Amino acid sequence: MYIIIVGGGEIGYYLSKDLLTEGHEILVVERDADRSEFIIGDLGSVCVRGDGCEVATLTEVGTGRADMLIAVTGDDEDNLVACQIAKHKFNVPQTIARIKNPKNEAIFKKLGIDVTVSSVKIILEYIEEEVPTHPLTHLLTIRDKGLEIVEVKIPPDSTTVGKPVKELTLPQESVLSLVISKQQKPHVPTADTILQAGDQIIAVTTPESEEALRTVLRGT
Amino acid sequence: MGCGRVGAWLAGLLDAEGHQVTILDIDTYSFRRLPSTFGGTALLGNGIEEESLKKAGIEEADAFVAVTQGDNHNVMAAQIAKHIFNVPKVICRIYDPLRQELYDTLGLETFSPTTIFAQRLKEALEK
Repeated sequence: MYIIIVGGGEIGYYLSKDLLTEGHEILVVERDADRSEFIIGDLGSVCVRGDGCEVATLTEVGTGRADMLIAVTGDDEDNLVACQIAKHKFNVPQTIARIKNPKNEAIFKKLGIDVTVSSVKIILEYIEEEVPTHPLTHLLTIRDKGLEIVEVKIPPDSTTVGKPVKELTLPQESVLSLVISKQQKPHVPTADTILQAGDQIIAVTTPESEEALRTVLRGT
Repeated sequence: MGCGRVGAWLAGLLDAEGHQVTILDIDTYSFRRLPSTFGGTALLGNGIEEESLKKAGIEEADAFVAVTQGDNHNVMAAQIAKHIFNVPKVICRIYDPLRQELYDTLGLETFSPTTIFAQRLKEALEK
């Protein structure tokens, strides 16, 4: 794949390094002269100095034949514009934007950016995962299907402890996919699976029924 | 949005005509540019943040103008005003002529001072 990366900061640099190792054709567009020199010195001639939000620069780097454009500068508005130009001027099939302000996620989606990655949100989720009392952790979002994969821990005082799965009233579109318990190997739950305190349940659900699923599993 | 020379001047003109004007800028120092007669509201805030826009009254606004120094800033704010808050009239300044052309075709009402001024200069030279 031919992938254009706008922004050669830490994220842009390590991302291009990884994607190069995977065998992709990469081009980094970086505004700062020193930074682009550093990238060329380290990764070879895969960096062009320029403004990735300018139609002229993107024409020069052959955006018309790119399979993907990833905008990872530190400014949300620059990432938005780079992706929009790639999409609407050059018909790039897939655009990915990094966002700093998690609130911009909805806005970017509405403005036609295919995928957004919010570093703040990811860091928060990782930290929350480590907080023992945190009731529900997002593991993965399947955006185009409107589904998410979450993990719920069964607390010792939960009313669901000792109950079989068939007695739970799970919200619609929610499926319990895996039970990780201390006593046995991870297993796919059946209707007769008895839930134990401390079990980690991996479930597929929708953002709308997430809260209901959490309530049912934690029995509060 | 943007209390630079153009923003402050425009705010002054509209205010003098009796419109209810709110001007947003990320730097309160920029409000010094407003005419002493300005009777509207000067608000500290970032026009690409929904909360600042709401505070500025975007939900009831009839028009939104983006004239900060940053093209991308203007583009993003104008799109939020148009597509999220459905402001009836949205105008956006974009210095870069190529970017201006693109967003114009995407349905934003845009001006490029670069092309307008160059054209006016050329006309003045040819007189």
